Amino acid sequence: MTLTHEPIEGEHFVVVSESTGDEWEIVVGLEVHCELATVTKLFCGCPNMFGDEPNTNVCPVCLGLPGSLPVLNENVVELAMRLGRALQCSVEPSVFARKNYFYPDMPKDYQVTQFDRPINVDGWLDLPDGTRVGIERAHIEEDTGKNSHAGGSGRIHGADYSLVDYNRAGVPLVEIVGRPHIRHPEQAKTYIDELRAILLTTGASDAKMEEGSLRVDANVSVRRVGDTELGTRCEVKNLNSLRSLGRAIEYEARRQVDLLETGERIKQETRHWDEGAGRTRAGRSKEEAEDYRYFQEPDLVPLVPSAEWIAAIDAAMPPLPAARREALAVASGLAVTESGVVIAVQRDLDQLALATIAAGGDGRRVLTHVEHNLSGEGSAGLDPATFAQLVGLELGGQLTATQVKTVLAEMLVSGRAPDVIAAELGFEAMDSSELEGVVDGLIAESPEEWSDFCTGDDKKRAKLQGFFTGKIMKATKGQADGKAVAVLLESRRVESL
Amino acid sequence: MSAIPSTAIEIAAAVRSGSLSAREVLDDHLARIDARDGEINAFNLVMVDEARAAAAAVDAQVAAGENPGPLAGVPLALKDNLCTHGIPTTCSSRILEGWRPPYDATVVQRVNASGAISIGKTNLDEFAMGSSTENSAFGPTRNPRDTSRVPGGSSGGSAAAVAAGFAPISLGSDTGGSIRQPAALCGVVGVKPTYGLVSRYGLIAFASSLDQIGPFSTTVADSALLLETIAGYDGRDSTSINAPSPSLIESLGEGVDGLRIGFVTELMGEGIDPDVAARVRQAADALAAAGAQIGEVSVPAAAYGLSAYYLIAPAEASSNLARYDGVRYGMRVDAPTTAEMNAATRTAGFGDEVKRRIMLGTYALSAGFYDAYYGKALKVRTLIVRDFERAYADFDLLITPTSPTTAFKFGDKTADPLSMYLNDICTIPTNLAGHPAMSVPFGGGADGMPVGVQLLAPALGEATMFRAAAVLESAAPALDEVWS
Repeated sequence: MTLTHEPIEGEHFVVVSESTGDEWEIVVGLEVHCELATVTKLFCGCPNMFGDEPNTNVCPVCLGLPGSLPVLNENVVELAMRLGRALQCSVEPSVFARKNYFYPDMPKDYQVTQFDRPINVDGWLDLPDGTRVGIERAHIEEDTGKNSHAGGSGRIHGADYSLVDYNRAGVPLVEIVGRPHIRHPEQAKTYIDELRAILLTTGASDAKMEEGSLRVDANVSVRRVGDTELGTRCEVKNLNSLRSLGRAIEYEARRQVDLLETGERIKQETRHWDEGAGRTRAGRSKEEAEDYRYFQEPDLVPLVPSAEWIAAIDAAMPPLPAARREALAVASGLAVTESGVVIAVQRDLDQLALATIAAGGDGRRVLTHVEHNLSGEGSAGLDPATFAQLVGLELGGQLTATQVKTVLAEMLVSGRAPDVIAAELGFEAMDSSELEGVVDGLIAESPEEWSDFCTGDDKKRAKLQGFFTGKIMKATKGQADGKAVAVLLESRRVESL
Repeated sequence: MSAIPSTAIEIAAAVRSGSLSAREVLDDHLARIDARDGEINAFNLVMVDEARAAAAAVDAQVAAGENPGPLAGVPLALKDNLCTHGIPTTCSSRILEGWRPPYDATVVQRVNASGAISIGKTNLDEFAMGSSTENSAFGPTRNPRDTSRVPGGSSGGSAAAVAAGFAPISLGSDTGGSIRQPAALCGVVGVKPTYGLVSRYGLIAFASSLDQIGPFSTTVADSALLLETIAGYDGRDSTSINAPSPSLIESLGEGVDGLRIGFVTELMGEGIDPDVAARVRQAADALAAAGAQIGEVSVPAAAYGLSAYYLIAPAEASSNLARYDGVRYGMRVDAPTTAEMNAATRTAGFGDEVKRRIMLGTYALSAGFYDAYYGKALKVRTLIVRDFERAYADFDLLITPTSPTTAFKFGDKTADPLSMYLNDICTIPTNLAGHPAMSVPFGGGADGMPVGVQLLAPALGEATMFRAAAVLESAAPALDEVWS
């Protein structure tokens, strides 16, 4: 089975069955839980600090002791709405509900969540490739504690005993339910990247997938290309990294296609990704799923944020990744989907790039340097005017690409002007006749090598190309442009044949 | 010991003035408990040491010229579903065996801060589910007026404690009548305040949208004083009303002249004992004599209150009681797996009535049944609120019996849960509406047992309700007066 990585017919990606040649489409909807970056928990004043000494950040409320009552943390509402608005959702009057099921890590044996009336509904998230992924809802709920199993096998079945740490119980979460608009494993990874950028931009969460503050479940189904009905989906859990997410979706899609092509049907169920084995395994079946007996949480009152509050959030909204890419594309003249544009925003270097372009820097070259020669962290002190000056030197041919890279690295350290650094390093524009002189001299010095270079096989020629280039660079103290050297050597070779 | 006054207001005044010590008051009440609670079983726990320490502190304050507060030195009994720091709080259930709350309920903090002396935790139907206190895991409480009869429930222990003179005042909780009905059956005053007027923080939940804490006392004024003490906004209860605590005492004497008071026709007919109905009519006559205008009013949806209540309350209870799973506190019955341990613990820890309601509630909320049961019950609840709104457009207060009957004999209704549930028919509608209501003793029934008259008011209408209660109190016939 081949997985086609390029979109075919617009936004569609397909899986081509190796056995039948049939084309299948992957359909993915992601459910993301993220911990909100509040100081205190959702319904009490305990620190929102998982990872401390177990059961130290707890109180009667988050332990669900008899008689305790929840009080909603206003900061949670603020962050949830900020995220919702960043995802283009409409903020609605919402109510909390209880999701009832027994589990030892859940102090009350019900989870307070939002069910039929979530706070954020009907938004979207635009991916860098131009795909718009719908957001069904982004609602508030409480996290559970964490079980650990000790002795015996160390797993839940066969352990001698289990321990529960309730520090995480009552930590605020937002669950972001995306619509099934994703068509490819890579697109799913991009969606998470983009969502993470929004979570960070809005300050809603630190969004660390490996540490569990951002958790992704993938609803995966397949259908024949051209079908409009959704196939039966499986919910894949235990995805602890972007790599796992991509692999799991691909595995699951192949599994489902294989089943369908052999005439079997897909059972709607929860499946767990096993990273080591590279496969998903069946969990509990949704068809015999627990009945959560949702009903409105009577200990809390409906949440009705004022129009003023929502307006204040909108007014204070920082520019979001999609808008930032758009602005950079306009300024640089590049397409919004070009990697330089996407990466500049990802690395938070778009403001630097915009200022550099405004100072006269060539858009494409500025973004090339941002993509290849600058990191997000070390580039904060770079002055746009001098950066533009450097790009100008490159564009004017005064500095080679290699020299520019060296000068740029030095600028980051010392902050001095590029022409000063270039002069100090002895970088000067080398005109072509000067380079020809050097090259011809070196050819004359090494006639045997030159002969081998001209007539040898590819391997030999490649080796000797390195030999001559090294000598030329040494002779010119690195001022020669690598590309120009290669062109010159090739033309001399052709001439000598 | 005859020098000890019988009401909280008189005791507090005497203690504040120094004419009586909190210690003397406490010793007197502890002696009464000693003498008779073996028979009554009002208390699950008498807090002798804590009470003595609290009384000593009050006496020290008085000696230092300080005012210990409006309830200075007044013994007070707490229903055993109110959390008390470090003191066992059982809900009269085995499942909470050994659990000591690490905090005080807001009402406990407030009564303690007002100088009251908490003397013990009173018996109740397990988790407040019942109307006779026969569902307690620690044995039933007996009605002090006739120990062959029930005290009512679920706050039977708190009602009996006041009726027996173990404490002049006590606190109970009322989810469907659990303060008013035992108050009526024991012949004391009992008040269910407006939902949200008194913080529920630290009240172990039965049905969160219905539960409300309220006072018992022998006099209307004492209930007014205790309610003033415990009422008022609490940031720890999201359903707490953010309004100033009502001033009840100062308007107690204002009478009912010009007030419009309505008989609820649906709650005066079938199912109400004729002697009880007769006392309610007599009470209405007394209010009319004091200048009130009496009329009839229909609250049609009230007839469906019982059915709606027995879906909503068990539904919430099924969720509220899920946490008693043997994992964190209370009883644990070990078993090979967690799920089996949960089941074994709950099987051993809960009594029959609690299990019955958990099953009822679980069923009512289940997929496929929600709309037909829980969903429909919520609609009835909305209709009841609407019907009451209509009634209160024409009337300031409503009047009904508190309980359809006087106190019944032990075992009379335990075999038939439905007949037990019917006890709450007059009290439940106000819980569903969130309105205040209270029971005032008004003479006796044919059996010589007390009859309670229920006064109902719109939300936050406590002050008006207490004015009418004071009029009824002064017009009430003696318990042994022949009824006609």
